[in-house]
Amino acid sequence: MVAVLFGITLVSSAAVGVVNLITEEPIAEAKAKATVEALSNVLPEFEQTAKSDLTIDELPIAVYTATASGEIVGYAVETLTKAGFGGTVKMMVGFLPSGEVNNVNVLEQAETPGLGTKMCDEGNPLLASFRGKNPADMKMAVKKDGGDVDALTAATISSRAYVDAMARAYAALVEIRDGEIAADTASGATYNEGQQTQEGEENE
Amino acid sequence: MNNKLQLIIKGIVKENPTFVLVLGMCPTLGTTTSAANGFGMGLATMAVLIMSNFVISLVKNIIPDKVRIPSFIVIIASFVTVIQMLMQAYVPSLYASLGVFIPLIVVNCVILGRAEAFASKNGAFDSILDGIGIGLGFTLSLTVIGAVREILGSGAIFGMPLGIADFTPLVFVLAPGGFLSLGYLMVLFNKLAKK
Repeated sequence: MVAVLFGITLVSSAAVGVVNLITEEPIAEAKAKATVEALSNVLPEFEQTAKSDLTIDELPIAVYTATASGEIVGYAVETLTKAGFGGTVKMMVGFLPSGEVNNVNVLEQAETPGLGTKMCDEGNPLLASFRGKNPADMKMAVKKDGGDVDALTAATISSRAYVDAMARAYAALVEIRDGEIAADTASGATYNEGQQTQEGEENE
Repeated sequence: MNNKLQLIIKGIVKENPTFVLVLGMCPTLGTTTSAANGFGMGLATMAVLIMSNFVISLVKNIIPDKVRIPSFIVIIASFVTVIQMLMQAYVPSLYASLGVFIPLIVVNCVILGRAEAFASKNGAFDSILDGIGIGLGFTLSLTVIGAVREILGSGAIFGMPLGIADFTPLVFVLAPGGFLSLGYLMVLFNKLAKK
């Protein structure tokens, strides 16, 4: 009896292991491809990117500094928030060197279909509120909370999460661009809460 | 041959897993927020069901009765993991939209139910046919529920807007709408199937 059960688990795990070997590479490729696609979607034309990792509010944030012929053409920040209606929302936010938002691409979300998922649509009110603007000149909150961002109809929580992720992206941008923490030693560095007053409000 | 065809049709009508056997309600309600999601979930479940039915019917004689359920679960879980990795590698967009529901196929009672009720008592070929039939039934039911909820809730079908988005009650894409749609479709299905 035990031997049969052992045999079954042995064969099954061996089979899973084989499939893992086969799919490991395509999975990594698919993920890398998705990242490259998201980068070219949110950034102006670039030649190469350098990645640096930070930790803000205990969440991992990656900043890709995009360069073309030696000049920095923009920054793409892979940001996330856990405040979404369906949990984590991951986004790729493209900034121009000035800090202006170039474009935003939602990478992962589990919001309510037809409501919160509108955050992925081209030209939705959230994106329209940010595109072409510099978060430094904005009040980073939805209009209902006294900010400058148009929320999605019937999806205030999703909208707040979006703004939360944007605020974190901007904080990461400032950290990398202004070199408050050197990019190569930044991994594991924690973000100072006091620097951005908005952050505290968002997280309540 | 007619007999074999009967095995498949039975899974779609007389023993429809969703509307008649009422099995696997968790993924049914969770994934049917759109027709495409329901369809994808149905197909993934069908793939696991066919393979697990086949393997279980082959090994049924060497598995002692006492460790029957754990053995079935191990076999089913392995297939689900395989499907999950394959989807992640080759159809990442579908994988992203089905998310947590893929691992949940392991405890989908449709699969364990068919392993217990059919595959552990019948031959390999019949078990595959049963898997196809029940899988098709499950896929069709989920697609129909998903379509109804998508049309009523977000005014679209398979992601294509129908131009009625302003007049649709949002409740249909939320959990209560799932129960409502399922209930009414179940009544309708059973009424039609009886005739």
